[in-house]
Parts: sequence; structure tokens; C-alpha cells
Amino acid sequence: MSALEEALPASPPRAAFGKLLACEARLAWREPIGLVYGLGIPVVLLVVFGAIPSAHKHEAQLGGLTVFAVYVPILIAFCIGMLALFSLPRALVTYRELGILRRLSTTPLPPSWVLAAQVAINFVLALWALIILVVVGVAAFGAAAPKSPTGFVLAFLLSVAALFAMGLWVAAVARSASAANVMAGALFFPLIFFAGLWYPQQYMPAALRDVGQLTPLGASVEALQNATQGHFPPAGPLLVMAACAVAFALLAWRSFRWE
Amino acid sequence: MDRQASTKESRTATDAKAGGEAGPALVVEHLRKTYPGTVAVDDVSFTVAEGEIFGILGPNGAGKTTTVECVIGLRTPDSGTIRIMAFDPHVDRAQVHAIVGAQLQTSALQPKLRVAEILDLYRSFYRDPADVGELLDALGLREKRSAYYKSLSGGQKQRLSLALALVGRPKIAVLDEMTTGLDPQARRDTWDLIESVRDRGVTVVLVTHYMDEAERLCDRVALVDEGRIVALDTPTALAEQAGGGKRVRFVPSQPFGDRLLTELPEVTSLERRGHHVLVNGTGDLVNTVILTLAGAGVTANEVDVQSATLEDAFVKLTGRHLHEGDEVTAG
Repeated sequence: MSALEEALPASPPRAAFGKLLACEARLAWREPIGLVYGLGIPVVLLVVFGAIPSAHKHEAQLGGLTVFAVYVPILIAFCIGMLALFSLPRALVTYRELGILRRLSTTPLPPSWVLAAQVAINFVLALWALIILVVVGVAAFGAAAPKSPTGFVLAFLLSVAALFAMGLWVAAVARSASAANVMAGALFFPLIFFAGLWYPQQYMPAALRDVGQLTPLGASVEALQNATQGHFPPAGPLLVMAACAVAFALLAWRSFRWE
Repeated sequence: MDRQASTKESRTATDAKAGGEAGPALVVEHLRKTYPGTVAVDDVSFTVAEGEIFGILGPNGAGKTTTVECVIGLRTPDSGTIRIMAFDPHVDRAQVHAIVGAQLQTSALQPKLRVAEILDLYRSFYRDPADVGELLDALGLREKRSAYYKSLSGGQKQRLSLALALVGRPKIAVLDEMTTGLDPQARRDTWDLIESVRDRGVTVVLVTHYMDEAERLCDRVALVDEGRIVALDTPTALAEQAGGGKRVRFVPSQPFGDRLLTELPEVTSLERRGHHVLVNGTGDLVNTVILTLAGAGVTANEVDVQSATLEDAFVKLTGRHLHEGDEVTAG
């Protein structure tokens, strides 16, 4: 018995994760939902805003900021929300719906590796989106670089954690890819409203703004804006995002089904 | 009665392997699995020897798939024990999945991955995998290696699924309806492949509702109906158990009396239908009948030999046919 057990390590070769990542990356390229909605659209919006001259006027109502400067963090939040709520659950729910997870669960590959690969691919897309938006904003349209890089990175990571956890919860409870899309839409559009996509937070009535800052994307934009202007983000939005990450991760953990 | 297939060569060579000296590859004891409202598997026990091709044969809904899904750890049985090479699939999942290659009925692959990419991915899950090129050749998928999964035909998907079950060089291959959707040539090629896999020492558990597949490949067959094993033996023994024995049909060159043949110990009955004479019996029926006739100066023309099949055994044991589950109308 012991010889047989020694010959059978309990986990697959580590190289399997690399192969899995490579396959997921190919799929992300061949079915570019995340690439188009999570990366393409926000970058196009950035260029559009950048090209409007009035977006570069300093507005008193925006605390002396330009509309363009206000929109860079909103577009970052847009990317994270799109990738987390549409791209991430879509793959996992489709895999479950088609029986791909079932097929994989008869191999030595732990199903959690599939989940990890999806998170990794979407995280890389979010990171690219962040870099492109900041670099294009600064280099092409003269936006200010984040003055508190540490705070900026922390705000970004917490935003990703909060929204990805929400996306995993969608993946856990949605029975089909179309149901996942409906859920994602029902979450994304209110959240991105509070993030200020249509109406920056600075223009919102105080009550609405207060509510917005309790939502993960509202908190995300608040934290990213503070970090851009040189302040370490205040505890409020950081705590909102951390709480959201923990709560949805727990919910997802409890309800996730592989089959 | 024409369901009986023509006699093929005897299969004593493989029969001899049944229950050989090798330790059991798989032991299932008192397996029971219920779903709300139905008992899918009811007290099923069997042992599969190493290097054996073991068939689980029965109509749709007999509990075959549920049984193998419990065996590979996809479902948790209500009660009973399962041991794969001494591992419990519900406790030692990783070990079991490392030594069992499964082909499932209800599973799919990523539509936009290419055949070679999928094989390469699945290959990476195992410590000592098979060669992808060899598998592609063996399953006739080489020219499809760059095709997207979604562009494959049903038969090609089925063959890829079989390739994935074998890519990890499993000790046990569990194949659920592996030839469904294949054309006749592909079925025969697949049978050859399974035999060559077994010749390399792999134990095969084959779920099927095709008798010809079970008769051709299996060392032993469990006939399953309504969640229970109704019989378990070699295909030949099961067919004989059905009492079918053998049947010879011929057109005699000249008239002869019934007693010429009915007095032979091998002959159990004789029937005349028009020009045809039908003789039922056992043992070396064909030679005995023809020699006896020749001794009386009668030549047997248009000789047709039939032997009882698994289908006959199944009908006798359950009162139902393997397919469609339709009732046997004739007594």
C-alpha cells in the first residue's frame, strides 16, 4: 500500500497550472468579452474625454479638478466592475453549465485551480487597464500622475478584491450564463452610477453621495481620487471595500457548486 | 426470434481471463444510491480483476451511469463500499483521479480550444501521461488537431473524450457509452483501441447498452436492470444460461424422418417451416447434425447457424428487451 501511495502524490504537477493559465489566456483572446468591455471600452471613453477641450478646464464645483481628472478613477472602477461582474462569472458559469467543471473534476486537477486561473486572468486584464488608463491619461492628456502611489495601489487592490468577490458570488449562485449576465447587469449599473459614471460624485446631492460612498465602486473612486491628489485614502472607503470583499467571498464560498 | 445473431468465433481466449489471479482493480459492495422518488442503484456488488474488460450492460435508466459516477467519485453513494486499488473515491479523491481515466456522457470541453491544446492541457494533469501524437493517431484525430472543439462532429467529440480518458495512462479506464454517435467503422476502430489498451494492462469498465459491444469486448458482463445486477458472468455463459444454446437452420436435399435427428443427444427440438428445418440443441450441434444427415445420404443446404446472445439472456432474466425497454409480447 505505502509504495502505491508514494507513487501517487495527492496533487497534479505544478506545470498543470501554467497550462491552464495559457489555455484561459487563449480563450480570453478568442472570446474577448473581458478584453472588449473591461479594457477596450474604458480606454475608448478615456480618449473621447481627453479629446473634449472643455474636459480639461478646472472646475470650481469639482474642487478645482478637471472633468478629465475626475473621470480617470471612474473609468478604472468601470474596468474593475466589468471584469469582475461580467467576465469572471461568465467563464465559470459557462464551464459549469456545459459540464466542463464536471469533466475536470474527474481528473487530478483541483477545481479550485480553475477558479484561481480565472481570477488570475481577469486580474491581469484589470492591471493592464489600470496601467493603460493612467499612462495614457498622463502621457497623452496631461493628467496628474497619482501623487500617493502606495495609496493608489492599495485602493486598486481593495477595489479588485471587493468586486471580484462579488463576481465570484454571482458565479456561485447563477444557474446559467444568461442568469449570470442578468445578475451582473443588476449589480453593475447601480454600482457604476454611484461611482459617478453618468454624474460625478462631486455633483451629487450630499445624501446620494453619502450612500454612494458605502457602495464598493463609490468607495473605490473616492479612494483612487484621494490617492491621485496626494492624500492617503481615508479609512472609510477602504473599510467599505474590505468589508465587501470579505462578505461576498464568504457568501461565494458557502454557495459555490462545481456541478 | 431473428434477434439472434449469427454465431461468431468462440471467445474462450478472453473468457479464461475472467477472475484471474491478479488482485481486484475495483471492488463495489452493496452500493445504493437514491434520488428523490427513485432508487437508481440498489444493492449492487461486483469485483473487477486487474486487466479485465468488465461490462455493465442494461437499458437506459437501469442505473449504469449512476453506478460508475459513484465509482469515480462524482456522486456520493447513500451506502455501500467502493475501493479502487484499495482507495476510497470519496476520501482519496486525488489518488483515485490520478489512476482512473473517465469518459462521461454528459460533459463538454471549452468550445474555443483546439483539439491539441485540450489534449496538451489534460496531459499536464498527470505524472506519467501518454504521448499526444500516438493518441491522435489511434483515434483518427490527427488531421483535426488544430480544429476548435466546437467545430468537431459528434463522433469526433466522442473520440476526443476517449482520448482524454486515456491521456493520463490510467490503471483503470471507466468508459460510459464510448461508442454512442460513432459510425460503424469508428466503432470497430474504437473496439480495437480498447483491446490494445487492455493488452497494455489497463483495466476497463465499460458501460454500454450495445450487446454487440459487450459480446465483442467484455471478459465479464453485469446485466443491470432497474438498479440491480440481474446476472454477472462471461458473455458466453450468460447466453447459455438463457437456455438458448444453438440453432441450426437448413434446407435438406431430400426428405428425412424427424427421428434421425431428434434421437441425437445434442438435439433438443426440431421444427419444420416450409422447406426449412430448424434444429435446436447444445454442444457440437452443427457438426453432429450435418454428419448424421450425410450418413443418411442427405445434404444440408443453405446452412445458417445461430447462437443465443446477451440479448436473449437479458430478455429471459428481465422479461424486457435491452432497447426501448419494451415488453416482450411473445411468451
